[in-house]
Amino acid sequence: MRIGRRSDLPLAADESSRFMPWIVALMVYLAALALAGALVAHSAVERWSRNLLGSLTVEIMPSEDATPKPGNLRVESTLALLLGTPGIASAEVLSDERIARLLSPWLGTADLGELPLPVLIDVRLKPDATVDLAALGARLAEAVPGARLDDHQRWLQGLVSLGSTVELVAAAVLALIAAAAAAVTAFSTRTALAIHHGVIEVLHLIGAQDSYVARQFETHALTLALRGGVGGLAAAAATILAAEYFGEPSAGGLVPDVSLALWQWAALLPLPLASGLIAMLTARATVLSALARMV
Amino acid sequence: MDQKESVVRFENVGMRYGMGPEVLRDVSFALPAGSFHFLTGASGAGKSSLLKLIYLAERPSRGLITLFGRDIATTPRKELPALRRRVGVVFQDFRLIDHLSALDNVALPLRVAGAKDDQVREHVAELLAWVGLADHIEETPLVLSGGQQQRVAIARAVINRPSLLLADEPTGNVDNDLAVRLLYLFDELNKLGTTVLIATHNEGLVKRFDHAILHLEDGELRHLPASRRAAVL
Repeated sequence: MRIGRRSDLPLAADESSRFMPWIVALMVYLAALALAGALVAHSAVERWSRNLLGSLTVEIMPSEDATPKPGNLRVESTLALLLGTPGIASAEVLSDERIARLLSPWLGTADLGELPLPVLIDVRLKPDATVDLAALGARLAEAVPGARLDDHQRWLQGLVSLGSTVELVAAAVLALIAAAAAAVTAFSTRTALAIHHGVIEVLHLIGAQDSYVARQFETHALTLALRGGVGGLAAAAATILAAEYFGEPSAGGLVPDVSLALWQWAALLPLPLASGLIAMLTARATVLSALARMV
Repeated sequence: MDQKESVVRFENVGMRYGMGPEVLRDVSFALPAGSFHFLTGASGAGKSSLLKLIYLAERPSRGLITLFGRDIATTPRKELPALRRRVGVVFQDFRLIDHLSALDNVALPLRVAGAKDDQVREHVAELLAWVGLADHIEETPLVLSGGQQQRVAIARAVINRPSLLLADEPTGNVDNDLAVRLLYLFDELNKLGTTVLIATHNEGLVKRFDHAILHLEDGELRHLPASRRAAVL
């Protein structure tokens, strides 16, 4: 003989118990993709910032007489001016091969020898050095015709702004998904309350506290949401891995690396738990609010 | 009658459902602790409504009700479950939970009160045996006969030794022999100290047992035999 461990309320047999895990799975799937997108964007912006900060590029345009390469004199003058500036650690002229590699996504691997390409000088600043970039740019423009200083700020600001927008959109998507999950749980709980009104009334009349009834709904909602959440996360993981696999060859340096680091995978793990928590708290609030209207 | 000794006390209680007419009017009575009363009256006289007020399923539209010395109008909502646990109710339609076994149905009041499973098992099995259902404890109400369901409902009402037992037409669905046996069962509980109030329109049964009567007619307490008037204010 045993006292059954089953719920007093036959919630598992409800129609909503069948569709709720699927809905939660879909929500967690979308939430995981949104979060992964935000993490990838964040990492890409950080990586770009790290690479670009502390470095400058000096561009020496070809002379107007259509000479393919700027004269050595202008390059030498530029290097001398740069290396003579306090705070600059190094200045290195980019080789033709490196320029060709940089341009290959746009121009392919054709011979670039006849094209009037600029000379690019990669400038590294000393750590913690303060260089008046505006003054340096003015001096360069004055001393070397056709020389231009690029401190990457224009690119960086655009990238940071893009990254922030992606993160903001992802946060909004996550908030919307959480709200939708709460709404679905509330609707499902209200339906169950109506279906099982008779049993709930009996429990109420034999002296069950509201929390006793609410606990049964909470446990049920938590179980369904966890089940759906784990399924949704597994599907999202498969999608991300597929994106990593198929995205890598076509990226060609233009698209940020879509692979997630270990800590980023770890950041996705709490999503099923979060969905369970949202479902549990929503079910509790819905039941307590409904029971408060009973005598 | 001393209010402290009354398990239930009604003073000029009126009740209506929504905006409808009053189904109970100026009802005043008290149930002393340990008493046994029949609540009689024709169908629609207000018997079930009066019981609902006592087991706190409804609120009066006017008047004062005290339960175990507590004015229910001023008792905080969170304290009402504790009062309800002291009242055992046998509902007219039993209100058993279909997907639970007889054992689990009877165990409900203990479980909602937080009793441990090992304490519950022995107690429930013993009581089900006492009401003659030792061989049906794992069966759900759906496969039990009307009389068996009624005994499960009674077992559930008395499992936690309530101070007050209310029964709404408990003999309505059973033959006369079983009705008499059930009444003896209530009698035994009463002798153990439980205050009992049984709503019935079975005059024969009421005559057979020598207990006080509250008689309702059109929502008012009336026509009380002189020898059984003691409980009415």
